[in-house]
Amino acid sequence: MIFNINNKMAFSNYYKKFNLLSLVLIFLSIIFLFFKGLNFGVDFKGGTLIEIRPTDLNINIGEIRQSFLKMNLGDVTVKKFGQQNDYLVKIEMKKEKKSDFIKSINEKLSSDLGSNVDFRRVENVGPKVSNELLNDGILAISLSLAAMLFYIWIRFEWQFSIGAIIAIVHDVIITLGFFSLLSYEINLSIVAAVLTIVGYSMNDTVVIFDRIRENLKKYSKISTSDICDTSINETLSRTLITSITTLLALLSIYIFGGPILMGFSFAMIIGVIIGTYSSIFVATPILNYTKVTQETILKEENKN
Amino acid sequence: MLYFSKLKLFIIYFLIIFLSFFSLNNFFDINKNFIFSKKINLGLDLQGGSYLLLEVDSSPILNRDLQQKLLNIRKELIKNKIKYQSLILDNETIVLKIDINNIKKFEESFLDKDNFLNPYYEQYRSYQLEHAIDGNTIKINYSKFGLIEINSSALTQSLEIVRRRIDEVGTKDPTIIRRGSNRILIELPGLENPNRVKDLLGKTANLTFRLVSENEDDFGFEKLNYENSDDKLSVSKRVIVSGDNLTNAKPAFDNITNKAVVNFNFDRIGAKKFARVTTDNVGKRLAIVLDEEIISAPSINEPILGGSGQISGNFTFQSATDLALLLRSGALPAPLNIIEERTVGPDLGEDSIKAGTISLIIGFLLVILFMFFKYKFLGLIANMALIINLVLLLGILTLLEATLTLPGIAGIILTVGMAVDANVLIFERIKEEMKTESSQIHSFDAGYQKAKTAVFDANITTLISAIILFFLGSGPVKGFAVTLGIGILTTLFSAYFFARHLSSLYVMKNKNRVISI
Repeated sequence: MIFNINNKMAFSNYYKKFNLLSLVLIFLSIIFLFFKGLNFGVDFKGGTLIEIRPTDLNINIGEIRQSFLKMNLGDVTVKKFGQQNDYLVKIEMKKEKKSDFIKSINEKLSSDLGSNVDFRRVENVGPKVSNELLNDGILAISLSLAAMLFYIWIRFEWQFSIGAIIAIVHDVIITLGFFSLLSYEINLSIVAAVLTIVGYSMNDTVVIFDRIRENLKKYSKISTSDICDTSINETLSRTLITSITTLLALLSIYIFGGPILMGFSFAMIIGVIIGTYSSIFVATPILNYTKVTQETILKEENKN
Repeated sequence: MLYFSKLKLFIIYFLIIFLSFFSLNNFFDINKNFIFSKKINLGLDLQGGSYLLLEVDSSPILNRDLQQKLLNIRKELIKNKIKYQSLILDNETIVLKIDINNIKKFEESFLDKDNFLNPYYEQYRSYQLEHAIDGNTIKINYSKFGLIEINSSALTQSLEIVRRRIDEVGTKDPTIIRRGSNRILIELPGLENPNRVKDLLGKTANLTFRLVSENEDDFGFEKLNYENSDDKLSVSKRVIVSGDNLTNAKPAFDNITNKAVVNFNFDRIGAKKFARVTTDNVGKRLAIVLDEEIISAPSINEPILGGSGQISGNFTFQSATDLALLLRSGALPAPLNIIEERTVGPDLGEDSIKAGTISLIIGFLLVILFMFFKYKFLGLIANMALIINLVLLLGILTLLEATLTLPGIAGIILTVGMAVDANVLIFERIKEEMKTESSQIHSFDAGYQKAKTAVFDANITTLISAIILFFLGSGPVKGFAVTLGIGILTTLFSAYFFARHLSSLYVMKNKNRVISI
């Protein structure tokens, strides 16, 4: 049978190695975020995004670029998008845009290329709105971290809270690090993905924590690291199965869900893998380091 | 945990059947007038359409109002015999310089709660204007609440005019709502030509009739451009009649030139004024000005007394139709800027629906196959729970007439992937219980019992994320929060009621056989 793990694995032997790996990944992510930054899309930076499909299949990307260059719109990037001859055009923010801005681009492009150009999607975000969206996004992520902290604070002892929060922050930073490294675009759906990752990673951690607490109450003579190992092992097949089914669903979105959902599903895939890893190798070791014992739990329970 | 009362079973299965009807409704046209005519709405990203966010630019109103205030202050100063050194409007601020001894006197009249100059708002406990004194200089501008009042009244008027313009275009089911103190949100599903609507909304449509000056540099005249051209003409600042005095406007073809024109009628006051001016100024030219651009400037050949007239210009029939529409719906009190636009063409929407459906089906099959191989018979139970879960999710979305977006579909697929978690937690727990417990029934019972906290904990965290996203996310992302959030609730229901009932039936039937998980 798959994932019927009978042999007890001593995860605690690898804590140090994996913690080092995590630190390196976080360090690299911060370096990337700091020096390379994130590739914000029009949602957060403002500007215009147009998904175009010329009727004439023989038109190449060079001709499209040439045509935009002639329009003198400032910084314009054109790239292939999805299948067939679809292209994504991104125009950096210009100060004022007239209401017939899109119409005039369409007319010029169609006449330049000598073919009708279908504008499949237009997103035009002004600087005020993009700032608001960015603030809302940051607020949403901070709020969800705070909500998780609050939730775990009422459910568990402080050592558990620290473990869970460090694990989540670890996941968010490394996921964003990947986006910086690969220059993937950050748009509204990525914020949704990050929030879902926070929820998912938390859920994974809480299941293991629940078991650790249960086992701590049951056994008084076993060391914390052994309790952690036992608990991880007991919940391991659940951890893996849930990650696998979630990843199967996400892979299906990534491959078949069309180009618009690609960034979202990619972020989620990275997040689920890191989230699963962090509940075992980041959140749990912290319980070990903060020396959680049976007493910690009993003391806390007597207080209530 | 394995016992169900008859009433409980009835409620569980009634709910499932009830919601299945609703979810099936999305695939068949059962009965239009029945309550089952509810359907899930498709978001703009799936059915195509435009989302526009407009902001009222109130600075022209502000300047105009302050100009009026300035005149009123001058009157007030003269009335109170206060001498002033200067009184000017500079950058939305009135700057007044008076003798330092008179400042107190001015302030008294300025802060009199009954004065007409500076109204006092009881509800805000604030004046319309605020002032700052620096030596002998007084700076006056709108207070925070004065600005709110101006913005809000401009927004109310604009909203009405925007609604009229969009209704005239004749799109189906437009949504037009106010957002905050100075914004209007518009959703136009299935819109064929968003550019036309944008053109119509981008115009203030301030129409004026004014005399053309013969002498280029006359006092009280300004130079205006012709529409779509660099030619200029000197036009009087004095407005004879404005668009407010129009009662009707229609596109038509001129009998003689066969060109597109706009025919209009004045109301009584407009007709009188127009008749007088055209009588007094035969032989002169009259400029027809729209939003500070000259449409045309015909000569007055004879007095126009009938109260109706014709605007000719470089029109196509389409542009004449649009101008007539703008004139009928009235001028906006202030310009509207489009600060956010999201338009999706109908064919991209269709492609997205296709891609979303395919990935849902494939994701669903992958998860079902995996669960079957992993858990065999119990896997079947989990899979049936998963199917019921989807049916319930669709049913609730239909019942709420929720809006399904592309990220919303992603939320459903993600629910499929994460929903089995509840059953996995339970099955794993049952397996552990079986190691120490000899009775299978007891193992199942204890498994459901002990997994409860973990299942609850595991789902509440995702629910928190979904709720935050629902309140802070916008548009399509909100759709994701809705499906993810409702998906969690249906997951809990299908695992703890439906799957638990199936497991209890299964374990009772196989009392004497060893079940392997």
